[in-house]
Amino acid sequence: MSAVLTTPQPVARQESPGLWALAWRRLRQDTVGMVSLAVVAFFLAMMLASFTGLIAKDWSKEKGVSYANPSFLAGAENLEARSMATKEAAKAPAVDLSDIDPLAPRYREWEERAAKIAVTETKRAESLPFGGDKWGRDVLQKVIKGSEVSIFVGLCGALIATFIGTFLGAMAGYWGGKVNDFLEWFYNIFTSIPYILLILAFAAVAQATGSFGKGVVSIIVILSLTGWTGIYRLIRAEYIKHGNREYVKAAQAIGATNMSRMFGHILPNVSHVSLVQLSAHVVGFIKAEVILSFLGFGVPVDQVSWGTMLAEAQNELVIGKWWQLVAAGASMAILVTAFSLLTDALRDALDPKLK
Amino acid sequence: MTAYVIRRVWQMIPTIAGVILLIFILFNWVGGDPAQVLAGKISNPEQIANIRKQLGVDQPYWYQLWVFMQQVFTFDFGRSWSTNEEVSRILLTRVGPTLTIMIPVLLLETTLAVIFAIMVAYVRGTLTDRTIMIVCTVAMSISFLVYIIVFQWLFGFILGWFPVQGWSESFWKNLTTYAPLPIMLAVFVGLAPQLRLYRSFFLDEINQDYVRTARAKGVPEKKVMLKHVLKNAMIPILTNVGISLPGIFVGSFLLEVFFSIPGLGREIITAVNRSDFPVIKAVTVYLAVLTMVINLVVDVLYKYVDPRVSFK
Repeated sequence: MSAVLTTPQPVARQESPGLWALAWRRLRQDTVGMVSLAVVAFFLAMMLASFTGLIAKDWSKEKGVSYANPSFLAGAENLEARSMATKEAAKAPAVDLSDIDPLAPRYREWEERAAKIAVTETKRAESLPFGGDKWGRDVLQKVIKGSEVSIFVGLCGALIATFIGTFLGAMAGYWGGKVNDFLEWFYNIFTSIPYILLILAFAAVAQATGSFGKGVVSIIVILSLTGWTGIYRLIRAEYIKHGNREYVKAAQAIGATNMSRMFGHILPNVSHVSLVQLSAHVVGFIKAEVILSFLGFGVPVDQVSWGTMLAEAQNELVIGKWWQLVAAGASMAILVTAFSLLTDALRDALDPKLK
Repeated sequence: MTAYVIRRVWQMIPTIAGVILLIFILFNWVGGDPAQVLAGKISNPEQIANIRKQLGVDQPYWYQLWVFMQQVFTFDFGRSWSTNEEVSRILLTRVGPTLTIMIPVLLLETTLAVIFAIMVAYVRGTLTDRTIMIVCTVAMSISFLVYIIVFQWLFGFILGWFPVQGWSESFWKNLTTYAPLPIMLAVFVGLAPQLRLYRSFFLDEINQDYVRTARAKGVPEKKVMLKHVLKNAMIPILTNVGISLPGIFVGSFLLEVFFSIPGLGREIITAVNRSDFPVIKAVTVYLAVLTMVINLVVDVLYKYVDPRVSFK
C-alpha cells in the first residue's frame, strides 16, 4: 500500500542553449567586444541621465567668462575675456541730455522700480573643468547634452531604417514574383541616386516646408527614409534562402499562415542580420547627424549637438581655443570606435561561421 | 555584347522613370506650392507667379509631371529661384572644379591604398599589421569635419603652406595652389577604410591554392605578390572603384564648403539652404542617370579585366 502512486520523477531534460544565449556566451569571451559594450553602455547611460535632467541640466547657463580656460590651464592668458571686460567697463560717459530728453523726468521712477527687482550678480568663473565657449558655457556639459541629440538621432534613425528594411526585405524575399519585382524597382530607384545627394534632396524639402517634422525629428525621418536600402537587400537574400527550408515547409504543413511563417518562423532566424545592421547603421547615422547639424539642417539654435559644437569650434580654433573641438571630436570618436568594434564583436558572436 | 548593352539600357528605363517619379513626388507633392516656399525669399510677386505658371502648379498633378518630364528631356530646368541663373549653366560651370579635386583624389587614393594594402597583407598577423589596423579603425571613427577643421587650421593658418581657401580662373593655378590641401585631406581620410577593405581582398587571394602552387614551384616571393596576387585582387578592387566613381561628381561637398571651391557639392548645399528646388531637382535626376551609365560602363569594362566574366 505504501508504494503506490508516487508520481514519476520528471526526467531532467538537457535544455540546449538558444542562439541568443550562445551568442551572449561568445560575446562575453570577447574582451574587445565587452569593453566596447561597456563604453557604449556608458554613453547610453550618460545620454539617459542628461535626458532626464540628472546631469548637465544647466548646460545653457553662462557660468564662466568668455572662452574660460580649462581647469588644467587655469593660469593661461585669456585675451577674449579681458577685451570683453574692458568693453563692459568703458561705457560711454554720461552726457547730461535731460533738457532735451523727453523721458528724462521718468528716469528716477524707473530706477526706483528697477531697484526693487532682485538681481543676483553671478561671479563668472575664470576657468571651467574643460573650458568654456564664447558665451562662457561649460564645454563638458555641452558635450554631455550634445550626446543626447547625436545618439538619439543615431538610435531612432537606425531603428526605423532597420524596421523599414527588414519589413520590405521580408516581403520581397518571401513573396517573390511581382512583389519582389516592384520592391527591387523601388530599391533601384533609391540606390541609383548617390546617397549624399538623396539625403540632401530630402533635406531640401524638409528645410523648405517642414513636411518631415521639425528639428531633430526631421533628421531622423530623412536618415531613415534614405538609409533602409542596404538592410533591405541583406534581409531579402536571407528570406529567399530560408523560404524553402524544411522548418518553413513544416510550419506550412501544420497550417501556419503566411504572416506567421514570415514573422513568427523566419524572422527570428534572420534577426541577427538585422541586429548587426542596426548597430552598423547607428554608427553611420551618428556621423551623418554630426555633418547635417554642422551644415545647419535640423538641430535648432536652442539645442546643442556634436555637429553644432564642431561648427562653433571651427572659428574658435583660429583664436587658439581648442577645447570645444577636442571635446566634441573625441567623445564622438570614442563612441563611434566602440560602436564599430561592438558591431564586429556582435557579428562574430551571432554568426560564428563567418570567422 | 551589343545585345547585352541594349538589354541593360532597356532595363534602365523603368528605373529612370522611377527616379523622375520620386523626385516629382518629393518636390512637387511633398514640397508643395513654390509660392509658399518662396514667400519671403523672392519679393517680386510677378516672378513667383511666373514660376508657378512655368511649373503648372494650378494644373492637375499629371500635367505637372508632364512639365517635369519635358524639363528632364530638354535639359531645361529654367532658372535658379535664387540667382536667376540658368540651371543648365550652373551645372556645367560647377562640374569643372569638382572634378579638378576629385579625379586626383580618386587616382591617388586608389594607388596609395593598393600599395599600402599589399604591404600590410604581406606582413599579416604581425604587430605592424595589427597596429596599422587599429590606427585605421580609430582614424575612421573621427569625424571628417574634425579632419578638415584641423588640417585647414594647421596647414593653411599656422604653417601657411597652402592658402586657407580660394579658387581662381586658371586651371593650373587651381591644381597647383588651391587644390593640393583639399586633395591631400580627402586622400588622407579615404585611405583608412580603403586600406582595410583592400587588405581583406589581398588576404582572400593569398590563401588560395594557386599562390601555394606558385610558391611550391619556386616563384620568387616578390613575383607571387605583384603578379599573381595583385592581378587577382584587382578585380574586387576595381568593382569598389567603380561603385565610388559616380560619387566624384558630387564631390566632397564638405571640402567644397570649407575651401570655397565653386563646385557642384557646394552648389547643392547652397541650393538646399536657399530652397532652390530647380537646381536640386536637376542635379539629382542627371546624377542618377549618370550613375546608371557609369555602372554599365564599369560592367562592360569588367570583361576586359576578367575574361571569366561573360555577358548573360
